Amino acid sequence: MSEPSAEVPAVLSLSGITKRFGDLVANQTIDLDFFPGEVVALLGENGAGKTTLMNILFGHYVADEGSVRIADHEGKLVPLEQGSPNAALKAGIGMVHQHFTLAENLTGLENILLGTQTLFSPGWQRGRARRKLAEVMKQSGLEVDLDCRVSRLTVGEKQRVEILKALYRDARVLVLDEPTAVLTPQESESLFRTLRALAANGLSVVFISHKMAEVLSASDRIAVLRGGQLVADLPTRVCDRHMLADIMVGRHIEPDERLPSKEGAPLLILKDISTDDGRNALHDLSLSVRGGEILGIAGISGNGQATLARLISGLEPPKSGTIEIDGKRLPADPRKVMAAGIARIPEDRHRDGIVGAMTVAENLAIEAIRSPAFQRLGFLKFSAMASRATEAIEAYDIRCPGPDATARLLSGGNIQKIVLARTLDGDPKVVIAAQPARGLDIGAAEDVHQRLLAARARGAAILLISEDLDELFALSDRIAVIHRGRLSEPQQTEALDRAAVGLMMAGHAPGEAA
Amino acid sequence: MIDILDILLTANFWAAAIRIATPLIFGVLGALVCERAGVLNLGIEGIFTAGAMAGWMAVWLGADLWTGVAVAAGTGAAFGLLHAILTVPFGLSQHVSGLGITLFATSASYYAYRTALPDVSSPPRITPFQPLDVDGLSDLPFIGPALFQQTPLTFLAIGLVLLVAVLLNRTPLGLAIRAVGDNPSAVEAQGLSVMKLRTGAIMFGSALMALGGAFLTMSAFDAFFFGMVNGRGWICIALTVFASWRPGKALIGALLFGAFDAFQVRLQTEVGAVVPGQVFLMLPYLLSIVALVVAARGADYPRALLKPYFKGQR
Repeated sequence: MSEPSAEVPAVLSLSGITKRFGDLVANQTIDLDFFPGEVVALLGENGAGKTTLMNILFGHYVADEGSVRIADHEGKLVPLEQGSPNAALKAGIGMVHQHFTLAENLTGLENILLGTQTLFSPGWQRGRARRKLAEVMKQSGLEVDLDCRVSRLTVGEKQRVEILKALYRDARVLVLDEPTAVLTPQESESLFRTLRALAANGLSVVFISHKMAEVLSASDRIAVLRGGQLVADLPTRVCDRHMLADIMVGRHIEPDERLPSKEGAPLLILKDISTDDGRNALHDLSLSVRGGEILGIAGISGNGQATLARLISGLEPPKSGTIEIDGKRLPADPRKVMAAGIARIPEDRHRDGIVGAMTVAENLAIEAIRSPAFQRLGFLKFSAMASRATEAIEAYDIRCPGPDATARLLSGGNIQKIVLARTLDGDPKVVIAAQPARGLDIGAAEDVHQRLLAARARGAAILLISEDLDELFALSDRIAVIHRGRLSEPQQTEALDRAAVGLMMAGHAPGEAA
Repeated sequence: MIDILDILLTANFWAAAIRIATPLIFGVLGALVCERAGVLNLGIEGIFTAGAMAGWMAVWLGADLWTGVAVAAGTGAAFGLLHAILTVPFGLSQHVSGLGITLFATSASYYAYRTALPDVSSPPRITPFQPLDVDGLSDLPFIGPALFQQTPLTFLAIGLVLLVAVLLNRTPLGLAIRAVGDNPSAVEAQGLSVMKLRTGAIMFGSALMALGGAFLTMSAFDAFFFGMVNGRGWICIALTVFASWRPGKALIGALLFGAFDAFQVRLQTEVGAVVPGQVFLMLPYLLSIVALVVAARGADYPRALLKPYFKGQR
């Protein structure tokens, strides 16, 4: 926990960085220094300019104004050549991109060596490289099988290869863009332990994030970007969650509040559901959700949640067991499922939630396209679709150029708002929401949560599938944990302990977890 | 049955198979180098024609044979550069650009031929490469006539298989080429230039393709004819998939095709009276489709094949 002080000179200094894309100012006169031995979190919502700033640092973009300076061997700051990843690498800046930059057909070792040797040399000195890597791995605690093809590595292992790539090149500054976006909670913890150890060895670590919890627990200093400007640069110990949320969004954020609601009759009942679907299979799964209730399904992705969502959406029938909606058996036909009053908020909103190439108006109308409101004698009523879209854009605050905007071009938060407007507006009986706020900004996530709570207040039965414990504990009336296709007994949220749920997600029995 | 065995056991048959395979070896190697770097080069058919034309023309104009080979390679590289400019920095459709190169290179070759020789009815002949007679080796039973009735270009082709295999699998450059065909951002992130790597690979690959054409006019035959490439380029594109983008398997694939082709010619003389000749002509293509279906099932395409890369864009 080193304190940046006048005695420790900065290893990297950004001053007056401005970058414009057309009319959009992505970065505006940003001044930021990085010191050895320190973990800095760069916090901000999507579109706040975090990634742009790091891409300037790494030479993918050239800043319109301002300079990047890096310490030379004597510790004096010298300007870094702009627009050249090669210059950034040579100067000791290592970057771990959110989307890994690994060639999957090569081994870990080959990926690390790529570009470190003269291209037109006959052989390679793998022995020397291996010895150096063994040393780096020992010091950093990053273990990975170097001779395994990258395509066969897990996400966590791929990330280790990415970090090793930077360390092998003697990085002095390590930048990680949203490093935990793809990791399980356990993997994230181990990553931050490693980053902490690396910083202790004198590395300057910067990670980009929009997750409050990890920013607070893993950093020494927090820099907050909003709308392209640096709005705060504070030591972590003086920060707290609410303060950061407000700085980041630029307005006061109310925590989600779950008011007591009238509990209705069970609307969604699953009895002894089993499927055979390999890794994602479900085993004797039973659950029941009442009207006006949110049942949270906690679990790490890939434990059967996807199958559960597909079943209730009518995309496939269970091998055995029954699903009842409001006392009637659920048909295995998506159109009938919609007609039965089920709203589906799919996990992959870009792939399953919208048709990217169609307009906002078309996407809003798509589930009701056969109703007389939108068609007559098989011809679409475009004006009705447009006016419906205008209403929804207003009511759900969808930020887009208009009903004719192409859906694909909107941000994730606005795409999710389209999905919400389409599915929740018809007062559904049952809502199945899979990871509804994943990857969204705090502002957009808050909006999604408010909409779900509003649907609950209107008496809908809501099944909330999530990995995010904060979300589950804030919204759910009861929580059950899914692990390897088996569901634990749902418990009242108030009676549950977060750590215990976390352990159950990792596969511990409720008994040993408690 | 006895007849078929008789055919397969003659040295003469294998000599023909290797001769037919040679231009394909050049072509498949060229195609696989381009595709390993992530760019499909459908200009291959035209580049074959251009190589055949340019090499032969150079020799006819007075250059020696090896200079002719170099001219052919240079011509191929030039068309490769054109394909590279269209597909790498501009990111245009590799299919469209490749087919365009084929049409352009073919007609440019015909045009050059007609301009140089406006009124000849049959093309002038050159003295092509002669079979390499290695003392002692060519007298070996069976292997001698099969292997050592071949011209130096065949040995060049086989040598290039080894060279390309070593280049791809044992050098930093080959590592970078394999990486750029799988994930260009990985290459960019390690400080290498995607554009230079891809352009270089396409030019080198196209030069190899042109050598395949040069073999036709400077070794298999002794003159340039219209339509002489006759789909060999397309066969190479198919063989590349068959070979799973590996030089060693490319050699096997080309030899297999050569063997089918040599076999059908001989089978025609045996049973030609009963079955129409066209059936035999069809045979090697049919068999390559079958082989392709079997081999391509688990084909591990370079992941970035056909995908243009633009800097700073994900």
